[in-house]
Amino acid sequence: MTATTSEITPEIVAQHGLSPDEYAKILQLLNRAPNLTELGIFSVMWSEHCSYKSTRVWLKTLPTTGPCVIHGPGENAGVIDIGDGDACIFKMESHNHPSFIEPYQGAATGVGGIMRDVFTMGARPVAMLNALRFGQPDHPKTKHLVSGVVAGIGGYGNCMGVPTVAGEVNFDPSYNGNILVNAMCVGLARQDKIFLSAASGIGNPVVYVGSKTGRDGIHGATMASAEFDDDSEEKRPTVQVGDPFVEKLLLEACLELMASDAIVAIQDMGAAGLTSSSAEMASKGDAGLELDLDAVPQREENMTAYEMLLSESQERMLMILKPGREPEAKKIFDKWGLDFAIIGRVTDTKRMVVKHKGEVMADLPVSALADEEAPRYTRPWVATPKKPVLEAADCPAPEDYSATLLQMLGSADLASRRWIWEQYDSTVMNDTAQGPGGDAAVVRVHGTKKALAVTADCTPRYVFADPIEGGKQAVAETWRNITAVGGTPLAYTDNMNFGNPQKPEIMGQFVGAVQGLSEAGIALGYPVVSGNCSLYNETNGQGILPTPAIGGVGLLKDITKTASIGLKRWGDQVILIGETKGWLGQSIYARDIHGLTGNAPPPVDLAAEKRNGDFVRARIESGALDTVHDLADGGLIIALAEMIMASNPADDVGSQIDLPEGIADPHAFLFGEDQGRYLVACPEDVSLQLLADAKAAGVPALRLGPAGGRHYRIGDMVWLDIPEMRAANAAFFPNLMAAPLN
Amino acid sequence: MKAAVVVFPASNCDRDAATALEFVTGKKTQMLWHGDTDVPADLDLIVLPGGFSYGDYLRCGAMAARSPIMQTVVERAKAGTPILGICNGWQILAECGLLPGGFLRNAGLKFVNRPVAIRVEDSQSIFTNRYEAGEEISIPVANGEGNFFADDATLDRLEGEGRVAVRYLDNPNGSIRNIAGVFNETKTIMGMMPHPERHVDDIAFNQTGRRFFESLAGAVG
Repeated sequence: MTATTSEITPEIVAQHGLSPDEYAKILQLLNRAPNLTELGIFSVMWSEHCSYKSTRVWLKTLPTTGPCVIHGPGENAGVIDIGDGDACIFKMESHNHPSFIEPYQGAATGVGGIMRDVFTMGARPVAMLNALRFGQPDHPKTKHLVSGVVAGIGGYGNCMGVPTVAGEVNFDPSYNGNILVNAMCVGLARQDKIFLSAASGIGNPVVYVGSKTGRDGIHGATMASAEFDDDSEEKRPTVQVGDPFVEKLLLEACLELMASDAIVAIQDMGAAGLTSSSAEMASKGDAGLELDLDAVPQREENMTAYEMLLSESQERMLMILKPGREPEAKKIFDKWGLDFAIIGRVTDTKRMVVKHKGEVMADLPVSALADEEAPRYTRPWVATPKKPVLEAADCPAPEDYSATLLQMLGSADLASRRWIWEQYDSTVMNDTAQGPGGDAAVVRVHGTKKALAVTADCTPRYVFADPIEGGKQAVAETWRNITAVGGTPLAYTDNMNFGNPQKPEIMGQFVGAVQGLSEAGIALGYPVVSGNCSLYNETNGQGILPTPAIGGVGLLKDITKTASIGLKRWGDQVILIGETKGWLGQSIYARDIHGLTGNAPPPVDLAAEKRNGDFVRARIESGALDTVHDLADGGLIIALAEMIMASNPADDVGSQIDLPEGIADPHAFLFGEDQGRYLVACPEDVSLQLLADAKAAGVPALRLGPAGGRHYRIGDMVWLDIPEMRAANAAFFPNLMAAPLN
Repeated sequence: MKAAVVVFPASNCDRDAATALEFVTGKKTQMLWHGDTDVPADLDLIVLPGGFSYGDYLRCGAMAARSPIMQTVVERAKAGTPILGICNGWQILAECGLLPGGFLRNAGLKFVNRPVAIRVEDSQSIFTNRYEAGEEISIPVANGEGNFFADDATLDRLEGEGRVAVRYLDNPNGSIRNIAGVFNETKTIMGMMPHPERHVDDIAFNQTGRRFFESLAGAVG
């Protein structure tokens, strides 16, 4: 070694987020001390963010195979078969820590990063989703964070011209110091034009394309693998700055080059930038790489090898080309005004060798950086204790159902999200058949009759109370969302947001949630094909609610056979599908109206979930049903309110229902959050057939009463006018965001 | 009708415009590249699409207005070739001086995408002849700087000459006098902020935007 001979002290090791044991392992692997550049490389490659060192042993237990799976976890994104030679490529990824520090850029670059993961595989992104968690609405930072994150997601996605079609938002005090920003991208490709990242072909050129490298985002991956404290905002320089204009050009240039057969392998430069992309390409291809940093396009002067290797400058890609194909590739990137530089070659040494100004700055065995030798921990964990069931008698009925319903419709977790989604372009690309506000978005596969159904969901309070049932529920709810629009659920992506895995109770939440995800995936025939872990979501030792956000993708073979939530016709019969026991534990009603939060969440009967969902979907596909809503937060009373509010305002459709006889606890029936349920509405004759079919199929089905009238009536308990409901539901976000900054 | 759509760097409604034209005319739409100056001589319509040309840097549409292709587009426009600018396309037409006025950030200071009710004020033009005068339709806006602005004299002249093409009934961005689209003096150039190309088939909600393209196809052959 000739370069950087400064001694690596224990302090320097600690500053790089490496433990003394991990440093000892580096010494053993290299049989010498690393230099500072090499230490920097290890620090990002062995960070939790890149190595999944605490979670890998558990993630391996998830179901990742199935008839539709083309590429499961391990590639930049998951790839599934949607028929006719088409593939759907998708993944969800977090940008939590950067978004808390600098919400606009943090969220924007989260969107840009996940889009690159998808188009680096050859797909054109066609839909964006997001799953957002903020602190309590009246926390001094919440308004600023909501405003910045939403603007950042819109600012990037809108410029890219990819519609943002669905998402979810929760508020909870546990996110006060650690918001969650999870973005999901869904793309389409032909199955014979999918690009992978394994480097191969000794001597093939390694090509850098996209933006120039600057000093931004250095050590972002390491930051994302540490807890926050009160000084976290001082980490602002580690947040990257996005340029969606360049990303749009990069997208078009990459897809144009991908139409040829010049590319051997391609990988986006995301977390840990050039280091991670090159090490992963070499590792996957069981090859070596030799890089010359002098050739890297640079935005700033006098950058060191350390800085260039660890920069997280955005909108960059690394690719391996077939020999001799450089000129045609360069021509395309020139046309789009993007940098194109040959920065190295594939070698057979299985080493990553980095040169700068004629000196070798790093020379490391690839196996030490990526899968083979990176640390892997089986962290100690304790199972989350089961919580008691909340009996209806211990959770009083409201004195005034109408007033309680109005209050809930205007609450943080149930209010209309229109204020957010109108800032996103949800209709560009002209294929959005159902945008935000329904159970799942429906996006046509361009030029065909097919459509994708996409959704993102998780109920963190359930996961906190019981990680296994909560994990099952998160997967089941996305499966149900897709079913409710007539889609056949195919596969999901998981974004595991948890606290510090070195605490056994946090690790226990993770282990439980993975078990739940796994059980649901197996029972529903719904595998996981991609995902991301975000750990250390803690501030001053306070962990977030465990949040395994699930992004689901399903397929509609015929886009005209679909359903939406809004009631459509006076005289339709409203029918409840699925069993209602009146489970109040962890319901929004118990939490928000009575402050009861210590109970068990609703159990998920996966067999019933599948049976009920298959029953509903078959009737959407046959054209019998066009009005369906799955039951979730707030229970039946909220779901029917949402169906009424979503009716065409020019011709309101209310509903008049009466409780079935023999309901002992009406409030539990109405507010309970039992799983595996749907509300459907259909004409009288269809309803008779549906009830008969349900009986024959063993699917619980209850006729509640007709749709119609210009109000919402339940027995003699609820009577609300529709405009009043809409006003209560619409007011929350505008009021929150217009409030003075506290 | 032989139609072409110009592709600027970070145009993002170029495919939508081309698809809508193809849906209506059944003919392939030509795509023109911003860096070229050659434009086929026999074009019946040139569309400047929506998007974020040049990242909206400097000023929306300002850099696109100075791109090589626009020299030729301006020449053709002055010679009478119909030009339709949608959203960013209208901003580009304003930046080249082919249409009056300019744009400010939306009054709400936020990007807004939603269907808006607009009224077709003129049903005689080549762009609008398949609508009734005063017909109210709903098509989406998707803009962050769609707040149209001009001085009173210009506005009075536009109104007096019947050059306000479409007007918001539910103004989403603060545009002065609720103006959602305008014509040039000869009504051969139209700029509009809402996106008719997003409403041409039943899958994407409805077909209320389709008749802008049908009007053109009928009027220019």
